[in-house]
Amino acid sequence: MATDLVPGAVPDTHRQPAEHPTPGKAARRFAAVLRYRWLYLMLLPGLVYFALFRYWPMYGLSIAFKDYVPFLGYAGSPWVGLKHFEELFTGPDFARLMVNTLILALLTVLFVFPAPIVVALLLNELRKRLVKQSVQALIYIPHFLSWTIVASLTYLLFSADFGVLAGFIHDLVGGRQSDYVAQAAWFRPIIVLQLLWKQTGWGTIIYLAALATVDIQLYEAARVDGAGRWRQFWHITLPGIRPAIVVMAILTSGHLLDTGFEQIWLMTTSLNRSTADVFDTYVYYIGITQGAFSYSTAVGLFKGVVGLVLIFGSNWLAKRLGQRGLF
Amino acid sequence: MERSGTVRHYDSFGSRVFDILNVVVLLSLAAITVLPLLYVLAGSFATEAEIDTRPFFLWPQKFATEAYDYIFATDTFLRALLTTVGVTLVGTAVQVALTLTMAYPLAKRYLPGRALFLNLVIFTLVFSGGMIPTYLVVRNLGLLDSYWALILPLAINPFYLMIVKSFFQELPEALEEAARIDGCTELGVFWRIVLPLSKPVIATFSLFYAVGIWNDYMSPLLYINDSHKWTLQVLVRQLTAPNADAENVLNQLSSPTFPQQGLKFAVIVIATLPILLVYPFLQKHFAKGVLIGSVKE
Repeated sequence: MATDLVPGAVPDTHRQPAEHPTPGKAARRFAAVLRYRWLYLMLLPGLVYFALFRYWPMYGLSIAFKDYVPFLGYAGSPWVGLKHFEELFTGPDFARLMVNTLILALLTVLFVFPAPIVVALLLNELRKRLVKQSVQALIYIPHFLSWTIVASLTYLLFSADFGVLAGFIHDLVGGRQSDYVAQAAWFRPIIVLQLLWKQTGWGTIIYLAALATVDIQLYEAARVDGAGRWRQFWHITLPGIRPAIVVMAILTSGHLLDTGFEQIWLMTTSLNRSTADVFDTYVYYIGITQGAFSYSTAVGLFKGVVGLVLIFGSNWLAKRLGQRGLF
Repeated sequence: MERSGTVRHYDSFGSRVFDILNVVVLLSLAAITVLPLLYVLAGSFATEAEIDTRPFFLWPQKFATEAYDYIFATDTFLRALLTTVGVTLVGTAVQVALTLTMAYPLAKRYLPGRALFLNLVIFTLVFSGGMIPTYLVVRNLGLLDSYWALILPLAINPFYLMIVKSFFQELPEALEEAARIDGCTELGVFWRIVLPLSKPVIATFSLFYAVGIWNDYMSPLLYINDSHKWTLQVLVRQLTAPNADAENVLNQLSSPTFPQQGLKFAVIVIATLPILLVYPFLQKHFAKGVLIGSVKE
């Protein structure tokens, strides 16, 4: 870059066309770089960032097919083909990881995905502006709290000694009041509750934005035609947010296997590993704490590829069903 | 939004019942959202005895500051607080600077090679190297146990970058053209024309980046081993995890007056407070729809 900025470089490019009647591709490119040198210079730090911290890791994925030895580097480590993937698919952990991840994904689809839609529709029906704005202001808050805070709150509220929610469950199911939060059976309900508490409010934003774009004249026309409140909801409001629902469904599907590393990790205890272990946390245990870099990279790559397939697959499906896809 | 009052009049009995139920449901939802936070606030000012005996309260019977007195007297906490504030300030500055300087050229439709660069950015939205390869990059760069490991790997959020880029594209090109004719370089146009016009956007993304760093737990978990470099989130975790040994974590000798539970409440309040303080500003901006594109964060 620096050499491009030397003033002496300018006459050179002007001389070249004399030798070649039509300037070559390289020469034209060079002229463009020179002309927009400040813009390219501004682009440079960002490109370095993307190269270092976004694309170098992608190159690093190659160690999923190698036995990575740190002092040999990415290129020098020996190829082992699909060894690590075979180990993953035939190993004792795979079934448990897959089942745990899929159950959490299923629970997400069933409860966490529809919740913001329902709340947005309810908010949309509110007639009192003040109530609406107050409710919105409050339910957005948890989105901005860290998972560490949410986990800590959960541990306090479910504390066996004084937790109010532990008391509720105790009254509900009877028996001895115990540390529900540490038990395998309560892991999934608690994860879903956390997700609902933290993300439902924030999730309404996109649907409320979609609802705000519905043409008011449609409601007027429907009223003139004698449509009641329910029919207006069913025939105008609901179709109005369908595109938003489709977009969110596609996006969500791409993240189905992303179980939220921080959340799961923070809620995992030595007692609930049987239901808590998912791909994300498994990668951490195997990779960071045990140092099996190649194997854990293979696990991560498997998850990433499934995510890609899911997002493109659901996008294709949405188009087949006559909806507008994402891309 | 006005329509609910002006256009739709529903006078049927069922409709009115629904309205009442709807208000009740939504207010309960709002209550469920904030009650845990109010409880923690109340608990942080309560005595140990009260926390242990009352399952839920929003106002302490006896007002006590022992938990705060205790935690503010420990080096571990003060160091974590200072670290977090420092990393958040420096990190936000780096992130905002990098995002703005990269978004501006990307907003120029006439820039040769722009499509390629945009695609490189967009691809990172759907695919990433993942945890271990990123960890290895940080390790190979010698950043383990460095504060920079908490900043650089997350220096540009591609979602934010794309939104800032769209914002720059909306700016009237004529203004910039006028400055160029007056002899401004691209850098000068950016600095003197574009940035002053972008103050609200800069404020918004500064806040969002700052909240991101403040709340980040994964980066310190992955990259920081040295307990002297703990951030506040790590300390919160260390103090509130099941079977946490708070006295050991805080490097304090055991004492009979140790506020075992109160400490947890207090540290949660301290780690949450800055977020709640900036929240009204956050809400003002995202309510305008600035961030619609990045809902799936």
